Amino acid sequence: MSSFGQPRLIMTADEIRRAVVRISHEIVEKQAGTEGLVLIGIQRRGVPLARRLAGAIAEHEGVEIPVGALDITFYRDDLSLIAQQPVVKGTALPFDLNGRTIVLADDVLYTGRTIRAAMDALVDFGRPQAIRLAVLVDRGHRELPIRADHVGKNVPTSREELVRVHLVEIDEEDGVDIERLEPATVGVAG
Amino acid sequence: MSLAVPDEVGSALGTVVPSVEAAPETQSTGWRHRHLLDLDVVTWPEIELVMRTTDAMREVLGRPIPRVPALRGKSVTLLFYEASTRTRVSFEVAAKNLSADVVNIAVASSSVSKGESLVDTVRTVEALGADMLVMRHAVSGAPYLAARTFAGSVLNGGDGWHAHPTQALLDLYTMREHLPGGSVAGRKVVILGDILHSRVARSNIWALTAAGAELWLCGPATLLRGFEAWAAAGGAAGRRFTVTSSIDDALRDADVVMALRIQRERMAGGLLPSLREYTARFGLTRERLELAKSGALVMHPGPLNEGVEIAPDVASGPNSVITEQVTNGVAVRMAMLYLLAGAQAGGVASEESLR
Repeated sequence: MSSFGQPRLIMTADEIRRAVVRISHEIVEKQAGTEGLVLIGIQRRGVPLARRLAGAIAEHEGVEIPVGALDITFYRDDLSLIAQQPVVKGTALPFDLNGRTIVLADDVLYTGRTIRAAMDALVDFGRPQAIRLAVLVDRGHRELPIRADHVGKNVPTSREELVRVHLVEIDEEDGVDIERLEPATVGVAG
Repeated sequence: MSLAVPDEVGSALGTVVPSVEAAPETQSTGWRHRHLLDLDVVTWPEIELVMRTTDAMREVLGRPIPRVPALRGKSVTLLFYEASTRTRVSFEVAAKNLSADVVNIAVASSSVSKGESLVDTVRTVEALGADMLVMRHAVSGAPYLAARTFAGSVLNGGDGWHAHPTQALLDLYTMREHLPGGSVAGRKVVILGDILHSRVARSNIWALTAAGAELWLCGPATLLRGFEAWAAAGGAAGRRFTVTSSIDDALRDADVVMALRIQRERMAGGLLPSLREYTARFGLTRERLELAKSGALVMHPGPLNEGVEIAPDVASGPNSVITEQVTNGVAVRMAMLYLLAGAQAGGVASEESLR
């Protein structure tokens, strides 16, 4: 059992920084500019990621992209499944979504249910021209027909593993690690 | 607790109000109760969780479409044995904003005999598929009886003289919103009027003392019966409050003044010489409010008897947050429905549960 509970680093702080810069270029390239772009981070770690992407775009394009925060707690379909009651972190979308191109940012793409919930939430706020998805880590195991437009790193995983993203804004350090869980502790959240 | 519940109320159920659930583990930041019956068993961290969740619900209420699917597929039944407009509608709007299915059952209290038929009704409601039961009843403790039978969650929408927990939570939320620093700790809060018959006052005692407020209860001696003894016996779980019939002492330097409705129907038996006498001695007028701090909040749980317990120019004055209490009521009730649904699912809150 000694192989359990040993986190393994799969992205360093430098790798995260380079991934953010590359994704920021991809976003601008795909949009052919910055016209109509808004970045929306999914609570919790998607929010600092969205801010970093906006910061990188500001650096190389000289344009400030609006950044919002989206809490998808109320849109989850698994309140009766998850063993833990989600804590609401708050939504702040201080701009009109109608006709904009939204880039959703999140730390880990897994089942796709979080993104499904986020899209449900967004359409309650308006009718965006397009919604795109940027994630730092894609770990596979999708349960819905959802894919990311921009990926920091593809990481093959098993369902018995836990991928954890640490960002200085929340966790005091940057890094992504992966850990194999005891079978009994594997949850359905993700 | 038994000191706060007058004898005639306790005897309606044979005993004092029974405790359905034990106090929760205090180390958790989550909501662990299956029911919301009163705030005496609710810890301060839990109340703070309700306040934070209410913040999120306020944001939802500000959206172009103020509706989220959080309780989709859940059925909320409103069972009101006592006349109520604002509380019932508030719960109904709250449940609908969370996409729950709402069933309304209005029962004339005269047609229901106490005890067994209440249990039968609750069984029926459960058989019809209710996940949550919001209940108002003229008999103190009735929701506790329902909670023993009902497999889902019971929310007390007011029982007799005993408790009205969502009102106390929305009062606290409204105070925190307006007081500098967003806290009632150390603030002088006065509840003025008919304390004796007030479930609002009783639930507020638990909430406000837990929040660290300097709480004063003020009214005619006949309408404070039992409360001095409760205060002298150590207060709410050892948390102190002050009981007085001196309105000047109560209002002096107050940060918040909450007037309670004089319930005319409960004034038989010589509790008050006359309404006019009450107004002359305890009515909240502009002159009396001068004693309080400038900008002191004026609150009232409604419905108002303007010109009796509160002067019209005070009720609609610049310091009044009475209509805001109504708006916040919807948000607080959304928060409670949501948290109870989460607790039903067997969960407690965690910072890491949103992966």
